[in-house]
Amino acid sequence: MRLDQRLIADMIEPGTRVLDVGSGDGTLIDHLFRLRGCDARGIEIDMKEVTRSVAHGLPVVHGDADHDLAHYPDDAFDYVVLQRTLQAVERPREVLRQMLRIGRHAIVSFPNFGHWQLRLKLLLGGRMPMTAVWHTQWYETPNIHPCTIRDFIALCAEEGYCVQQWMAVDEDGERAPWRRSIRLANLFGEQALFLLRRKGDC
Amino acid sequence: MNSTAPLDVGEHPHASFPEGLDLECGVHLAPLDVAYRTYGQLSPRRDNAIVVCHAFTGDQYVAETHPQTGKPGWWARMVGPGRPIDTNRFFVICINVLGGCMGSTGPRSLKPARADGKAERWGTDFPPVTIRDMVRAQYKLVRSLGIERLFAVVGGSMGGMQVLEWAVTYPEMMLAAMPIATAPFHSAQNIAFNEVGRQAIFADPDWFGGRYWEHNVVPARGLAVARMMAHITYLSEEALTSKFGRRVRREPKEAQAPESSLAMFGDVFEVESYLRYQGSAFVRRFDANSYLTITRAMDWFDLSAEHDGHLPAAFAGTPVRFCVVSFSSDWLFPTSSSRYLVRALNQAAANVSFVEIETDKGHDSFLLDEPDFDRTVRGFLCGVADHAGLA
Repeated sequence: MRLDQRLIADMIEPGTRVLDVGSGDGTLIDHLFRLRGCDARGIEIDMKEVTRSVAHGLPVVHGDADHDLAHYPDDAFDYVVLQRTLQAVERPREVLRQMLRIGRHAIVSFPNFGHWQLRLKLLLGGRMPMTAVWHTQWYETPNIHPCTIRDFIALCAEEGYCVQQWMAVDEDGERAPWRRSIRLANLFGEQALFLLRRKGDC
Repeated sequence: MNSTAPLDVGEHPHASFPEGLDLECGVHLAPLDVAYRTYGQLSPRRDNAIVVCHAFTGDQYVAETHPQTGKPGWWARMVGPGRPIDTNRFFVICINVLGGCMGSTGPRSLKPARADGKAERWGTDFPPVTIRDMVRAQYKLVRSLGIERLFAVVGGSMGGMQVLEWAVTYPEMMLAAMPIATAPFHSAQNIAFNEVGRQAIFADPDWFGGRYWEHNVVPARGLAVARMMAHITYLSEEALTSKFGRRVRREPKEAQAPESSLAMFGDVFEVESYLRYQGSAFVRRFDANSYLTITRAMDWFDLSAEHDGHLPAAFAGTPVRFCVVSFSSDWLFPTSSSRYLVRALNQAAANVSFVEIETDKGHDSFLLDEPDFDRTVRGFLCGVADHAGLA
């Protein structure tokens, strides 16, 4: 399991209902079921991964964040997880709204476009930056909605979500030591991880 | 086609329920025979039973040589020792549907004896049955085997309708449901195809108002046409093209269908020859009145009918774990209908898996060699066993 998935798993209370949006090969839901006694389910867009997950006995449906969350009832889950996908969905704000409608908590991770390397490359090179995290050419990238940690925090404030926990993580998922300062995290964190609650619940 | 002799009814192993069954149409059908086959061993805790529901023209001989046709079981590649539905582990029950013609009560059965002691066949007098009636007959049989809870109910096409009906009618009685290549209701297109088949049967001079057995014939030509047309809907354009293309074959004189206007040329396209074979083989094993009864049952199938068309309500609070499977080239029960079902299940917060298998073989894919499908069936059942704490 990736280190950032371990960090996500640590945010989730045992025995809860979890929906992993973009569950990939099902590692996280398998872990949550086996070790945390969660009722963990997945949605995945890649049919090969769906088949692989179901063939491993995991409850995964073919679907995607933009089109399929709307079909779940309110409060169906305790946690809805979106790993490294927010930047690739069609309507990030709507996806977040849906996540916090069907789940009491949302756990969101995304690559931080505010990282210093990206800023520097754009400043010095004048071309769309390419790094280990952002490694696809602008004309091919599925990441159509990149944002920085500060952008995301601003959106949460606008939507009235409360940030229960947040952390910056490096590409390997190792927790980065920028917890005190959002500005530093926004400069040095390659990935960001947020635990949100909907307004009124916090 | 030299198959105009009446079908050999034969004796199929069955259970008899003298008390009968109240049908949805209001008729009380008694006695009730339910023909079935089982495979594997029921565990001491009676918790490993899987009901496999057969499709429209299938029957209970799922994993053994068919006693009439001599062909292998229709799902022998899926059900058996070491197979995805592993009979070393599971106790598999397959039941001939109510209204069928392989030993369960249907139009070919005898009516209850009249006062004068003369027994006659139901024929077209057989009451209209529904998919739910079929499932309730299966439920009676399962209970009579001493099983209080099924591990799973699995089936494709019309078998999948029964799976869904099981899940809606007896949700507490099963852990898992696997509806394959099916839909929560029969579409207008599905009904239209069924109607063409029925009209073909009615148009056969040997139909005799449905009492063909009195004339010692069966409406073989109409039934064969119905089957030929239906068979096309089970395949895909790609499958037909790759299997037959535009190849022509010269048929031996005696094999030519005399009614065919093309027979005078002596040439037939291979696809025609194939369909004729399918048609003639079918009339030897299937009863025309059963064809009518069962197609009608499918046409009436609509799980949301009792809920003002709101499908999620049918699954409200369901404890059943679902695995919905569709096939990309199936145009009879397309992926869109499975996705509709999955969204309704999501709306009911049901535990559901959903896989679309990529294949060019059409609706019949669920009967064919599809490794991804095999893995899905095996994995889903293992996962359910895992969750249920079954060894």
